[in-house]
Amino acid sequence: MINTSNLSKTFGKNEVLKGISTTIKHGEVVAVIGPSGSGKSTFLRCLNLLEQPTSGEIHINDINITAGKVDKLKIRKNIGMVFQHFHLFPHMTVLENVTYAPQKVKNLSKQEANRLGKELIAKVGLTDKEDAYPNRLSGGQKQRVAIARALAMEPEIMLFDEPTSALDPEMVKEVLDVMKDLATTGMTMVIVTHEMNFAKEVADKVLFLDGGVLMEEGDPKEFFTEPKTSRAKDFLDKVL
Amino acid sequence: MNLDFNQIVPYIPFILEGIVATLKFVSISIIVGFILGTLLAICKITKVPLLKWIADAYTSIFRGTPLILQLMIIYFAVPQLTGLDITAFVSAVLAFGLNSAAYVSEIIRAGIMAVDKGQTEAAEALGVPYKSMMLNIILPQAFKNILPALMNEFITLTKESAIVSTIGYLDLMRRAQIVGADIYRNFEPLLFAGLIYWVMVFILTKIGGLVERRMRQSD
Repeated sequence: MINTSNLSKTFGKNEVLKGISTTIKHGEVVAVIGPSGSGKSTFLRCLNLLEQPTSGEIHINDINITAGKVDKLKIRKNIGMVFQHFHLFPHMTVLENVTYAPQKVKNLSKQEANRLGKELIAKVGLTDKEDAYPNRLSGGQKQRVAIARALAMEPEIMLFDEPTSALDPEMVKEVLDVMKDLATTGMTMVIVTHEMNFAKEVADKVLFLDGGVLMEEGDPKEFFTEPKTSRAKDFLDKVL
Repeated sequence: MNLDFNQIVPYIPFILEGIVATLKFVSISIIVGFILGTLLAICKITKVPLLKWIADAYTSIFRGTPLILQLMIIYFAVPQLTGLDITAFVSAVLAFGLNSAAYVSEIIRAGIMAVDKGQTEAAEALGVPYKSMMLNIILPQAFKNILPALMNEFITLTKESAIVSTIGYLDLMRRAQIVGADIYRNFEPLLFAGLIYWVMVFILTKIGGLVERRMRQSD
């Protein structure tokens, strides 16, 4: 479903990604982990072209999205993204946040969008907040709305960029629970995270990045118990 | 001290008509300035160097020369150049609208820059086209932040509108001067006109406050 080959990204002189090659299958839940500055987020942001790769290729459903003239909007329609800092639209209510893109991008009628939106808001457990503005919500609630907003486009792939890193500890679980539910529906998910237990429990595959290099990839159980590289060992010693 | 406001009583309807004359071209100028200013601001933040250059040059020229000079060029000099006769009203709208656009564009540009970059990214990630993103996501947030600065610009424009009296447009100011010349008393008509300007600005300020409160709904 997603295939990157030799994916590289440089900012000025700073080489952030140094040739990442990997394959993510349909319905797979992939946790991307590694120390800060390892290029995890940049890798994720390349997948929906929020960052333009410097070199290398990304194929999604066998379409090369890094080939010269591509319709970025069309690619992004199919890829939902959830950000660390939510980025909800502050001047719109919860329902408006969720229904805006389906109406604008997929030309759904207001009625259809509202029906879909209410269903998704119910799914993340925020029906009573439908008409609230984002600044009335807690961090955990904001992130759940952000997930509903991304799902409203009915994407095939969901990207999560440290979705719980900006949350107070007591709100992490509610967001992870929503993500767990989502994982059971067969959604293809790529998650940059520091929640090792979540990665261990939910992910089908772990990608371990360090210094812009994909050091290790594989089954979470193996990775967390018997990492192959010393870098991964060091990292796990520090975070577990 | 020999103030005698009775003297201007017969002229009051004449002066009051100036309110309509002033408001007519000021309101159109504000709209022209606002729309053109928004377009210029968008040109300034694009990645297209030519558009950026044009918008910057425009601002530099209209901010860098006196408004009264621009007004006179449009009213007196353009007809000389083109042979077209241009009315005082059209000249006023053009001069004030074009001039205001330069200031408004800078205010709006600052407002757009102040909107969190994450908003753009969130909209992009949802596949929202640039135009919709600007119109529905970025500009509403920008306008909320810059409303006080915009109101300031509109107030300045309303007051500075008095300089159209120099091209003979019968606005509030010009009418007060005419009355002054007619009755050989300047203080009373000027004071009266001043009061009207103040009331207009006062109402404008109140409207601004109202709009601001409406936009704060989401806070």
